[in-house]
Amino acid sequence: MIELINLNKSFNGIEVLNNISVVFEPGKTNLVIGASGSGKSVLMKCMVGLERPDSGHIFYDGRDFTALEHHEMREVRREIGMLFQGTALFDSLSVEENVGFPLKMFTALSLSERLDRVNFCLKRVNLEGINTKYPAEISGGMKKRVGIARAIALDIKYLFCDEPNSGLDPITSRVIDNLIKEITEEFNITTIINSHDMKTVFEIGDKVVFIHNGEKWWDGTKSDVRNSNNEELQKFLDASYL
Amino acid sequence: MVFYHFGRYILFLKSMFFKPEKFHVYVQRTFLEMKNIGIGSLVIVAIIAVFQGAVSTLQIAYQLISPLVSKPTIGSIVSDSTMLEFAPTITCLVLAGKVGSHIASEIGTMRVSEQIDALEVMGINSAGFLALPKIVAGVIMIPLLIIISIFLGNVGGILAGHFSTILTPNEYIEGARSSFLTFNLWFSLIKSFTFAFIITTVSCYQGYYCSGGALEVGSSSTKAVVYSAVLVLFSDYLLAQLLLK
Repeated sequence: MIELINLNKSFNGIEVLNNISVVFEPGKTNLVIGASGSGKSVLMKCMVGLERPDSGHIFYDGRDFTALEHHEMREVRREIGMLFQGTALFDSLSVEENVGFPLKMFTALSLSERLDRVNFCLKRVNLEGINTKYPAEISGGMKKRVGIARAIALDIKYLFCDEPNSGLDPITSRVIDNLIKEITEEFNITTIINSHDMKTVFEIGDKVVFIHNGEKWWDGTKSDVRNSNNEELQKFLDASYL
Repeated sequence: MVFYHFGRYILFLKSMFFKPEKFHVYVQRTFLEMKNIGIGSLVIVAIIAVFQGAVSTLQIAYQLISPLVSKPTIGSIVSDSTMLEFAPTITCLVLAGKVGSHIASEIGTMRVSEQIDALEVMGINSAGFLALPKIVAGVIMIPLLIIISIFLGNVGGILAGHFSTILTPNEYIEGARSSFLTFNLWFSLIKSFTFAFIITTVSCYQGYYCSGGALEVGSSSTKAVVYSAVLVLFSDYLLAQLLLK
């Protein structure tokens, strides 16, 4: 479980996150939605420690992440997998090396054991036979799936996905969404997805948090979204033609 | 602004020295960087060294040739100036361009494409993982390149003297041996260690703190070259002032 308490963040005096408190449950896909510039990405960066919040607390299963020193954060981060918007695969490494990288760095597995795990992860995301290809040689959808495979290579407890279906066609988007949902339930991990795609919300969202101008305006389940009387959320929904 | 960057540079260096996640991975990366920096720069260093030695010989001969000056004096001057100044400084200025821009653009591209963020989220000390192997490799390989450069500079001088019939190889070697001081070689090595550290750390720093897109990566690469070159020249003067008395 991840719990945020009164999280604040500003850049050069401009408030980007304002008093955000929310709980993300394990085994659920938690969607953070909002317009571009609403503060979703900054919130995610604070949660994984790429940005330090000005005040407030982030608890990972009771551990106060914000109270940790930079090197202490690394212990918690080893339980985190992240799918970046641009995938952030290492250009100089092949698909196999990319997925095996966390295993090489943090486990004592032998080469053949690592390879078995890499093949398992690639099979889990429905990618086989591309082990030797480099990120530049595969499609955007494949890159996203390799990113997911890399994220689950270690036994993670928390999965963060920043705009997982940006730049993808509708069919591939659904494939990625369903894959994230399946993995979340299969490994009982706490998944947090940043998105402004309302189709994703209705497809896989267990919990939905709506961020507007750096503030949490609404949270609830996907079935509550349509019935919500939150004006901004309804505008957001209307603009999605759903 | 200068103090801000200097402070951040010192903190960047400090951040590299945490316990490595996997020591053997760092060693592997260091060997790879040694190959990139050392073997990758060998040809350009060799070309520069040979021509620098050859041109120095011809120019010194042009200025000094006289019945009153013995021919081995030319060899003496060329070999000493190659060892003391030309080999370490000229070579390192060229390496600031070649190695420095490569390091800054490589790390800068990783920064703007979120690859460094990915390392951090995995729990890896990104500064140590990316910069430390490059710095260690540079500090080992650049002095070796300088030693090769000193040797080839003298070879260039001998060849130019021989083919232009200004002085024979024996006269050149006689002059070089007569003025050789072991301290000069040490001085040259001290300079090359210092320059190697400057080039690699400044370039890593510029790349690591790059933000934006392709334009900023280009800009950080240019800054890495310019700042490294200026600092190499400044430290060159400082070391000469401190050690040559």
